[in-house]
Amino acid sequence: MSSTILITIISLSLLALISAVILYFVAQKFKISEDARIDEVQAILPAANCGGCGFAGCRNFAEALVQAETFDGLNCPVGGAEAMGLAAKILGKVAPFVDPLTAVLLCNGTPEFRPRTSIYNGASDCRISHNLYIGETDCSYGCLGNGDCVRACTFDAMYMNNATELPVITDDKCVACGACVKACPRNLIELRKKAKKERKLYVACSNCDKGGPAKRACSVACTGCTKCLKVCEFGAITIENNLAYIDATKCTFCRKCVSECATSSIIEINFPSKKPKAEVLAESVNG
Amino acid sequence: MKTFPSGGIHPPENKLTAEMAIASLPAPESVTIPVSQHIGAPATIIVNKGDYVKTGQIIATSKGFVSSNIHSSVSGKVNKTDTVIDTTGYKQTAVFIDVEGDEWIETIDRSDEIVSEIKLSSDEIIEKCLESGIVGLGGATFPSHIKLKVPAGKKCDFLIINGVECEPFLTSDYRLMVEKGEEILIGVTILMKALGVDKAMFGIENNKPAAIKHLTELSKKFKGISIHALKVKYPQGAEKQLIKALINREVPAGHLPVDVGAVVHNAGTAFAVYEAVQKNKPLFERVVTITGKTMTRPGNFLVRTGTPVRKLIEAAGGLPADTGKIVNGGPMMGKAINNIDVPVVKGTSGIILFPANESERAEINPCIRCARCISVCALKLEPFLLMTLSEKNMFERAEQEGITNCMECGSCSYSCPAGRPILDYVRLGKATVNRLAQERKMQQTATN
Repeated sequence: MSSTILITIISLSLLALISAVILYFVAQKFKISEDARIDEVQAILPAANCGGCGFAGCRNFAEALVQAETFDGLNCPVGGAEAMGLAAKILGKVAPFVDPLTAVLLCNGTPEFRPRTSIYNGASDCRISHNLYIGETDCSYGCLGNGDCVRACTFDAMYMNNATELPVITDDKCVACGACVKACPRNLIELRKKAKKERKLYVACSNCDKGGPAKRACSVACTGCTKCLKVCEFGAITIENNLAYIDATKCTFCRKCVSECATSSIIEINFPSKKPKAEVLAESVNG
Repeated sequence: MKTFPSGGIHPPENKLTAEMAIASLPAPESVTIPVSQHIGAPATIIVNKGDYVKTGQIIATSKGFVSSNIHSSVSGKVNKTDTVIDTTGYKQTAVFIDVEGDEWIETIDRSDEIVSEIKLSSDEIIEKCLESGIVGLGGATFPSHIKLKVPAGKKCDFLIINGVECEPFLTSDYRLMVEKGEEILIGVTILMKALGVDKAMFGIENNKPAAIKHLTELSKKFKGISIHALKVKYPQGAEKQLIKALINREVPAGHLPVDVGAVVHNAGTAFAVYEAVQKNKPLFERVVTITGKTMTRPGNFLVRTGTPVRKLIEAAGGLPADTGKIVNGGPMMGKAINNIDVPVVKGTSGIILFPANESERAEINPCIRCARCISVCALKLEPFLLMTLSEKNMFERAEQEGITNCMECGSCSYSCPAGRPILDYVRLGKATVNRLAQERKMQQTATN
């Protein structure tokens, strides 16, 4: 009886030993040597796997960082300067400063400004309505309002405003990963340089039609009248295809163009309210 | 009785205007003629602002291989050329003409006399079709002259004439067959001569007994034309389904009917060909069915292209107050228009006004895997799968599953008990796959 147990233990132990030796050599033979720094870099990345860096996921980006000679053109918009700085430290390289970006919607066509001329009641998908026809309004460039961008956002930074029928971007949640930019079939979302106090100043229109048709379709459409271009002292404004564009890197937020715009298509966000001089004067007289 | 074997549906026919004789709608005060009324490249405008044009005068010439000429449908002064939202829902370039009188170009034979002797040769007929801007009038508006040239190395055995009109509501082809039967059959003979075939098969669904009887009677005078009654089933008017039903040949996916020895033309096109070849009349007017359950005077009208749909609605008793949707074309494949000032074009077979309570889309529910969409698909596709693939941006897989073979007949959406917008997504997938294929091709030519 006891010998049976003994034989079993010995034979199984031998088998285990032989297998272990074989496994050891096989493991040595097929060993994949991986740079340990990849794991380190991956650990400091945000693990959002959003694709904002242009790679499929954070692991792929970490691999790219380790292999890269310089960090030029490589940036994690979610982790920002902090994460890139840490990665640079690990890899002994220098992370160039990249302006943090934020998303803005280049359309302000609320039902009040842009009257609805038809009702779309097909599948709630911007790609479909964009493929199908000009849209519920007469503007063939504006927001279709079916919320593809909201569904694309994995950071919960967007929601549809039911009153304006336009998506709203929550500044403190937006990481500029660019998922909404790709989702919009009308290319209405732009990633712009982030300014202090979340200030934004941009032309909220994408209508490339001539002034007349553009304005008939939407009262806040940019008509390409060039008034803003003339008033801008910093050369930040360009006009192409009847549409003005403010270069965020040149704009100094002087806001001269805002009051000049005849159709109020330039919008300012998070600025302190500016009292017109005439009113201030009148108040002081009354006072 | 013959029909195609797989798939198909039976929507309510609603042919309200079947007994309304074709009435001629007078030219409106102004017309808007889009330069893209066909599949292919838009035509190039050759008139200038202020020019005086006559009815039937060419105003835009075909540009490229797949394109078509555009003629003025009225006489008057060219007001401007500008963009206009047309029946496709997109902006297109169009010529605006202010009507002055109705002076036709001299070469058009305006008499009622039927000319049955065909003087032109095969090549001259094809040239005439190109010149006269003849396109397929069934709805797809493919330039007809291209279909008449049998490619080298291929042989055409049969000319098939499509008198099926399987779309509910529409009766424009039916009225033409009843009223202009002889002209259509002469048109068929002309098409046969152009193609060099001696057999033509005319397919008509058997819900049109008057047309079948009338044409069978007339066809005795014509050599090689046979009239075939078909069992009613949608989408029998689709080219591939009609070929399968009539001659039992299957057109493989990605191939043209001529690959199996058949060429299909619509009955309305045959009439247009008759007018172009025998009467020298370019294609600038067509029969349009204007109908709807709440319309006071629905009917079939001979309408000049460029006439605003508004005029047509006025002629049919005005816009009913409860109108919820206006569809250009048939209710299955047609497209809703977003403005009643859009012009009638060569492809406008009908205008249907739906009351508000019939225009609502069904509530969208999850797929219940009943497979009804698969059983009704005449092309043996799996619509539910194609929809999901498009929804999830899986276009390569959609391409493998044959999404580009879909003819967009809408049987899947029609029969879906969960109200899923299947065709909406399939259309999106099809358009995207086609675009991606185009881009691939461009890249290949760039690298070569």
